[in-house]
Amino acid sequence: MLRIVVGMGSCGVAAGAGRVKEALERAGAKPGITGCVGACYLEPIVDLYEGAELKRRLVKVAPEDAPAIAAAVESGDLAGVERLAISAEDEEFLSRQTRIALRHCGVIDPESLDAYRAADGYKALEKVLGMTPEAVIEEIKVSGLAGRGGAGFPTWFKWNAARNAKGDEKYLICNADEGDPGAFMDRAVIESDPHSLIEGMLIAAYAIGAKEAFVYVRAEYPLAIVRLEKALGDARAAGILGKNVLGSGFSCDIRIKAGAGAFVCGEETALIESLEGSRGMPRLKPPFPAEKGYLNKPSNINNVETFANVAWIILNGGAKFAAMGTENSKGTKVFALTGKIRRGGLVEIPMGLTLREVIFGIGGGIRDGKRFKAVQMGGPSGGCIPESLLDTRIDYRELGATGAIMGSGGMVVMDETTCMVNMAKFFLDFTARESCGKCVHCRIGTRRLHEILTRITEGKGREGDVELLEELCRGIKDGALCGLGQTAPNPVLTTIRYFRDEYDAHIRERRCPAGECAALRKFKIDPAKCKGCGACARKCPVKAIAGEPKKPYAIDPAKCIGCGSCEAACRFGAVAKA
Amino acid sequence: MNENESIVSLLQEVQAKNGYIPKDEIYRIAAEKGVSPAKVTGVATFYSQFRLSKPGKNLILLCKGTACHVNSADGIAAALKEELGIGGGETSADGLFTLEFVACLGCCSLSPVMMINGVAYGSLTPEKAKRIVREIRDSNDGKGA
Repeated sequence: MLRIVVGMGSCGVAAGAGRVKEALERAGAKPGITGCVGACYLEPIVDLYEGAELKRRLVKVAPEDAPAIAAAVESGDLAGVERLAISAEDEEFLSRQTRIALRHCGVIDPESLDAYRAADGYKALEKVLGMTPEAVIEEIKVSGLAGRGGAGFPTWFKWNAARNAKGDEKYLICNADEGDPGAFMDRAVIESDPHSLIEGMLIAAYAIGAKEAFVYVRAEYPLAIVRLEKALGDARAAGILGKNVLGSGFSCDIRIKAGAGAFVCGEETALIESLEGSRGMPRLKPPFPAEKGYLNKPSNINNVETFANVAWIILNGGAKFAAMGTENSKGTKVFALTGKIRRGGLVEIPMGLTLREVIFGIGGGIRDGKRFKAVQMGGPSGGCIPESLLDTRIDYRELGATGAIMGSGGMVVMDETTCMVNMAKFFLDFTARESCGKCVHCRIGTRRLHEILTRITEGKGREGDVELLEELCRGIKDGALCGLGQTAPNPVLTTIRYFRDEYDAHIRERRCPAGECAALRKFKIDPAKCKGCGACARKCPVKAIAGEPKKPYAIDPAKCIGCGSCEAACRFGAVAKA
Repeated sequence: MNENESIVSLLQEVQAKNGYIPKDEIYRIAAEKGVSPAKVTGVATFYSQFRLSKPGKNLILLCKGTACHVNSADGIAAALKEELGIGGGETSADGLFTLEFVACLGCCSLSPVMMINGVAYGSLTPEKAKRIVREIRDSNDGKGA
């Protein structure tokens, strides 16, 4: 009989997968669970397996579909559920990817150690325990794996430095404080394949000689914490984790430390401060964490996605990993494709693909027939890349040359209705709030940037504001200690570089070309479409709309504040931007 | 002093128990760790997760991440304000709801997103957001806090 598996990552649950699972149970089926396959736009997803073979993938499943699914599985006749089957086009979203870090996501049951072991789980760890730590580091060096959290620093180098640091007590730390808004691959890995993180961490701990390890995970990821706790418990009970790992004499335990909500804690020295219980304010480097990290002991920090690649590299060889990608950037990278994209979700692709191939080839381009304007990469530390640079390859150096960064893999796509000045303001609002306050340039500079951007979006911009922004940006880059401050100006600098005309339109013409800035837009009613229902007038917060029932209403432009309530209230599409 | 539990962990424990961090607990932790209350307060106010006042019965976390921003999270905030009369960081007069804005809930593909009492609600529209909180309010009515 076919096996039913429901995708129960956070996204799936938010889309209603829990209700689908309950409905299936009520219909007499016995659904199993898996994590997130990454096709978030198709959730809730229900897979039908025959043994290990995926027979059908059903998408956008509703609780009402449960009886039909249960009946189809019971009878073996899938005709009744074919209408839910994934389309060939959507199938491409998955088939065009190369999955290493996400290899088990959405495939195995994340709450089952047996399922992980059946998928070659912990075989890399077994292999490593028979190798010297130096040989393990060498294999990672051959692979060319670089930190996936943003900086792109060679992983082997950090491991080697921690290995060679003096001292018996060493710590391994996993940075799961995925703070970049718009990136969620680390959450997906922990929720969908927690054992691969544990295995990668144990291999790293063996390589550097750490007996104690931590996962510093965001408090906003409750499901990830629950799944990781269960996986750690199961691994401990099976003798994989803790004292005498797999009978090898090597011991290492992993503990979870929940973060408390601070973006700057993604910076490794700030993360260490936070682990120690203090305010998460970055330390001066050097000394680097490899020499003096947690409790001033040698420490090594990598992020979740980096660790998720490790077991695969050990099993398949570093050379196979390095065969993918470009000269500077090896292997694959996971991106969180979101925003105004048609097919959004997690996408893992070999380095070297172009942005166009990812956004249009895999993501299907812009939804609602709108036009692509820019893609934001690297979150608050990154930048906006315009259409003219869509043929840039996914490569640390090439992306860096655009003024954006690879970052942790957030890829937020924007269309013509997104105002780039407002976008820069959005990020500076974020960094100004998240600045820890240690460095004056960052603490005060980001606030001043935000104030200037605010006045521009409110139509109060002054001639010379753009130059003032640029000058401030240079000061912050030079005057900030850590990555948060040094990169905070990037969203401003890239939008000025590629979308200067939008800044000028706001400042000189008091106009927002994208029509997003409320202070710079007005609305009008098309009398031909207006039915005179009065819904807009009732919603208008400033009583700018008047009219008689069943006759076209009108907006007084002198009173209109451009809030858009009327546009949202109109059921006939009669209200539009003037 | 880090041998046992860190200040952050102790504060998390207190918040898990009370829903917020009462002033007395700050003094207790300071005494326990042998540090000044100012140091503990410094930690408590640094992290966005910690609350120093009692929250409403239902905690709404509205995501203001990049993807949600692009997909009009501000419209959802306005809708919640209309329905509940509260903005970010505020608690409704009936004590039923506290609204907090968060940087990212990590459900970007379903943006705009909010999380109520740990459950995520995605692909929101202003109307859908209002309906969700209305349903929660109705199911809470008469039961007391």
